[in-house]
Amino acid sequence: MSQTCVEVRSEWSIVAARQAGRTIAKEVGFGSVDQARITTAISELARNIYLYAKVGEICIEKVVEANKVGVKVSASDNGPGIKDLRRVMEDGYTTSGGLGAGLPGVKRLMDEFLIDSKEGEGTKIHAVKWLR
Amino acid sequence: MEKTDVSLQEMYKSILEGYLHTGSEHALYEAQQFSRQLIKENMTPEEMVNLHVVVARELIPDLPSEVLEANDFLLEVMVGYGLAYREHQSLRDRQQQLESELAVAAQMQQELLPKRIPKSPVLDIGIKTVAADVVSGDYYHFIEDGNDHIGIAVADIIGKGVPAALSMSMIKYAIDSLPEQRLQPSALLENLNRVVEQNISSNMFITMIYGSYDLKEHKFQYSGAGHEPGFYYNHSSRQFVDLNTKGLVLGVMKKAVFKEYEQKLSPGDLIILLSDGVTECRAESGFIERSELTEIIRKYEHLSAQEIVENVYSELEQFQNFQLQDDFTLMILRREV
Repeated sequence: MSQTCVEVRSEWSIVAARQAGRTIAKEVGFGSVDQARITTAISELARNIYLYAKVGEICIEKVVEANKVGVKVSASDNGPGIKDLRRVMEDGYTTSGGLGAGLPGVKRLMDEFLIDSKEGEGTKIHAVKWLR
Repeated sequence: MEKTDVSLQEMYKSILEGYLHTGSEHALYEAQQFSRQLIKENMTPEEMVNLHVVVARELIPDLPSEVLEANDFLLEVMVGYGLAYREHQSLRDRQQQLESELAVAAQMQQELLPKRIPKSPVLDIGIKTVAADVVSGDYYHFIEDGNDHIGIAVADIIGKGVPAALSMSMIKYAIDSLPEQRLQPSALLENLNRVVEQNISSNMFITMIYGSYDLKEHKFQYSGAGHEPGFYYNHSSRQFVDLNTKGLVLGVMKKAVFKEYEQKLSPGDLIILLSDGVTECRAESGFIERSELTEIIRKYEHLSAQEIVENVYSELEQFQNFQLQDDFTLMILRREV
């Protein structure tokens, strides 16, 4: 299955990214709770791009590994980057005033989470949810 | 995980089924018990909503499609609550961890205080110190030089909590590392001032009173560094006199000079040293007056020094409704014979 990518540059594109994610999550066979989780994670990642980097991209694809299948979400931007990753990944840290959301929230919603960010260069995040 | 989900699902199904048949309060009570179980098993709000949706669908096969869609809608909303719930749990765990670390710090701090009060047939000493929070900014110290003198320090680190506790250890080791021979109070404070000035940030200050009690001559020589004035109590006239001192708070100026004073004691006379947490006791009626404090001390004058400080503390604790605003330290010395 090919990758679906959505360019994020407005609040509308957040909705488009959610929609793309939900469609793939359904196809892969996720139940409604996990669909809602994956979509919420995509939403958070897209919002972060929209709020801090202004422009970026969210890509969603089905992944197959050995005997498991899942959905992989990749977010990338060339924005300001994150200065202190450790702090951003801490619970209770927030710049957008959200409770429980932010990157720690995305990490909780998904099974795998990888972040790579350089100040002044941008941020890349990969998150995977496996079908149980 | 999957297994508990299944058993929780069975449990919920039978409770809900019971309720749908009977509508009884008993079933609702079971529902309450069930929610405790959920919390114990760390089930998130969205999982619970999903559990309900799945079970309701089994029990009521002909649910209108609008209701099913509305349930999915609710599920989306609950994901956010689930995140907030899990964040809350993780923050709570971290708070417990911090609290236990703080408790260890408080215990280490206790170990900085003297293990015992110096005993002498001619001088009775009582001391009471209570932290307003877990760790204290008040400190006291005794130095017995085996030469008929007892050195006594009461210090207050301005600011409470952990920063105060950390600088307390510096004060202790600075005093401990001073030369063996007995230091005059003014010289001791000058030494300490230098250490404090060099080692702590400019926004932290330490006030201190240091005195040396001569067990033979019964005179108390003392110097103060911006500390709450103590009292001298004359037993025969039943009068209190403030032990005012001139001297700057420690850590402000590199070269500070501390004036030295002397007070002679007759049998029954008291020296009272305290931290501002004693006089800054607050209640709805306002701060306690120093005259009110001396009144309480006078009331218990017939007791031992330790019993006096204990009783003063109990009264002031009552006075402030058991809510200590600041660290409390009260020391009383009494010439016995």
